[in-house]
Amino acid sequence: MAERDRIAVQTAAFDVGAETARLAALDRGIGAIASFVGLMRDQNNGDAVQAMTLEHYPGMTESALADIVAEAHGRWALMGTTVIHRVGPLHPGDPIVLVLTASAHRGEAFAACEFIMDYLKTRAPFWKHETTASGGRWVEARDSDDNAAARWNR
Amino acid sequence: MLNPAALNLLYFARLREAFGRDRETVVMPEPATVDGLLAMLQGRGGVWADELSAGRNFRVAVNQTVSGRDQPLRAGDEVAIFPPVTGG
Repeated sequence: MAERDRIAVQTAAFDVGAETARLAALDRGIGAIASFVGLMRDQNNGDAVQAMTLEHYPGMTESALADIVAEAHGRWALMGTTVIHRVGPLHPGDPIVLVLTASAHRGEAFAACEFIMDYLKTRAPFWKHETTASGGRWVEARDSDDNAAARWNR
Repeated sequence: MLNPAALNLLYFARLREAFGRDRETVVMPEPATVDGLLAMLQGRGGVWADELSAGRNFRVAVNQTVSGRDQPLRAGDEVAIFPPVTGG
């Protein structure tokens, strides 16, 4: 029997079509799959960005993602989820993160997908190091990400 | 007689670079806490005192769970210190 939830941290790219098909095949009661794909941009804080390296905390990363998915299950009637986050070297246009949420109807799938991303951005131990024309720098955390996560507490 | 607690420390991202290491083992007298560990590391001075001072923004995870500063530490605990996360 297929696992309802799939969590992966990997250097390789992901196949959104194949991942969506895996979820759809879990249960014929699934009527909605919401998807989010995060991409690497070629600019940040007004500077052109040439490359990025994503570092993470092996072990804690997977457990933090599992906790976030478990919390989403507690809030919405989800029939399956997929969270894939890439690490290592990336370039502009590369996909970084995939979140898929499957439910009977779209409302729960949309909400859970946004929730998982908001929590991932503030709780999962990943760090971005970017390369610009003037050298390398660590990306600073944004208050807007904290605010996005905090609104789910209301 | 209390035994000293050997702690496995991990550093990530900007702090890993600032400290020039990704891990180390330190021994602390028990009862140990996150606060006590941070005070000991700040006592090294230099970049340690700077990066771990009260006004700086960093997180501490004990055994892979983000923890408060009053969290007790026991022998063999894995304690990670890292900047706010920036994935996604």
